[in-house]
Amino acid sequence: MNQRAWFVRPLQYLALVGYLFFLGFPLLWLVSASFKSSRELYSLNVTLLPVEWTFTNFADALERQNLIGSASNSFVVAITTMVLTVLVSMPAAYALARFKGRLRAVGTGWILLSQVFPTILLILPLFLILRTLQLNDTLFGLILVYVTFTMPFSLWMLQGYVSAIPRDLEEAGSMDGANRITVLRVIVFPLLLPGIIATAMFTFVAAWNEFFLALVLIQSPELSTLPLTLRNFIGVAGAVDLGPLAAGSVLATIPSLVVFAILQKKLTGGLLAGAVKG
Amino acid sequence: MSATVVSRPGVSSRAQRREAIALVVPAMAPIIVFSVIPLMAGVYLGFTDATLRRNDVADFIGLDNFVRLMGDRFFWESFRIGLVWAVACSVLTLLCAMGLALLLNTDLRLKSLTRVLALIPWAMPPVVVAIMWRMIYSPTAGPLNAALEAVGLPAVNWLGDFSTALPAVIVVAVWSGMPQTTVLLLAGMQQVPTEQLEAAAVDGANAARRFWHVTLPALRPVVLASTALDFIWSFNSFGLVYVMTEGGPGGRTMLPMLFTYLEAFKNRNIGYASAMGDVLVIAVLLVLSVYLIQQFRKGKAER
Repeated sequence: MNQRAWFVRPLQYLALVGYLFFLGFPLLWLVSASFKSSRELYSLNVTLLPVEWTFTNFADALERQNLIGSASNSFVVAITTMVLTVLVSMPAAYALARFKGRLRAVGTGWILLSQVFPTILLILPLFLILRTLQLNDTLFGLILVYVTFTMPFSLWMLQGYVSAIPRDLEEAGSMDGANRITVLRVIVFPLLLPGIIATAMFTFVAAWNEFFLALVLIQSPELSTLPLTLRNFIGVAGAVDLGPLAAGSVLATIPSLVVFAILQKKLTGGLLAGAVKG
Repeated sequence: MSATVVSRPGVSSRAQRREAIALVVPAMAPIIVFSVIPLMAGVYLGFTDATLRRNDVADFIGLDNFVRLMGDRFFWESFRIGLVWAVACSVLTLLCAMGLALLLNTDLRLKSLTRVLALIPWAMPPVVVAIMWRMIYSPTAGPLNAALEAVGLPAVNWLGDFSTALPAVIVVAVWSGMPQTTVLLLAGMQQVPTEQLEAAAVDGANAARRFWHVTLPALRPVVLASTALDFIWSFNSFGLVYVMTEGGPGGRTMLPMLFTYLEAFKNRNIGYASAMGDVLVIAVLLVLSVYLIQQFRKGKAER
């Protein structure tokens, strides 16, 4: 395969650099803006990197805009959602993966179908229910809704991981006289653990990043999650404070980014496991 | 018996069935409570006159909402914008992601940098993506217009102009959707049998032909799944466009989800908004089934 034309390589690099620029430039711009002074941000002399680096934007964002309060709301919501979703979907995922026949067909059918429904069709009845229970405008209500929304995906991922565990292992365990609970605890759970962690982290990111449901359910400013607070930065009568907004945006991205960095390899594995075995 | 678990010698099938039920009931209960019931309720609300007023009693009004919806010009305009948006997003994302995946599947340098970079848009909260691109598109202090000015072109109000607003938000959707599709395609490419590619190369097929006749057919399931998912997600997406344009200017980026949201929470007509949701589900299912059936036929014909 060595008789390739001489111009192929340079063209490939050109294309790759194009992609790098398209993907990277907006990120670079955001990070750079978060370190620029406001004088620089609003000057008509647009520069790529800050002329003088300043940290005041970060201090401003943390102090003035209740960023810390929103971040802790977001953490509470995302972590509780993660734990609840995984706990609730684990038995269901096991059942989906191991029982053949009608149940499995209906279950997977439902998971796929639920992806097609617009969020609005789910949130309207949930909003009414939560209001009746006086749980609207509470973090707990938001968590319940997040569990509903992250469950199909979490089920899908988990059942993929369960399917990947050879059934012979379980059978061998029960031959040796272990009862079902022991088999699940000693054999299945340790093998499933990496999959559970990946699913949990995915759920965390989904809840951390979510905007629409929070917008609908949360009205009190002190209960705002990060995306809501960031969006309200812009909302104030067009008077955008670009520097702190950029700084807040950078900070809000860090947790998701850390999770994704850890998950990097797992992401494809999990998605494909679900897809191939499904 | 449909629900066989692990078959154990010496255990009656009735015990097995009992065990299966014991596992399934706690497993299925949350699906029913958290997913099935709310969705059914949502579909049903479309047939009522429910509003957001307190102590409002929702009455069943049959197809009234749907009849009214038929003549709702603004809804159908929003529906049209939604289709344009979703098709453009899924097709462009696929093309861009395919190009990137092909590049990453070679032995180029800079590959690992690109891989890391490609993860970031995927992980970013949509609100942050929207804020970032608002800065890029900013008519006064944005780098895009600065670049235009530098080469002597007039400035453009990207998100505020009737003709550029929708394309501008589509570019952002491609930016944020491309990484996920790329990762899926790349994983698919690595499963293409190398013997086949080598055999094709020995037979004198150039890179383009190898891609068209070997790689692409092998990728078909991944391509199908990811475009279908992209289409659904785009059609149902909200945050990105809401934060960037709020449906403006003049409704040019009023995606169906934004339209329905405003109907439900600004006009407070939950019943009518749910009816819109019902119509949107049916539309998405129709488009998807036509697409999938057509692709399956094509796949069979080629084999």
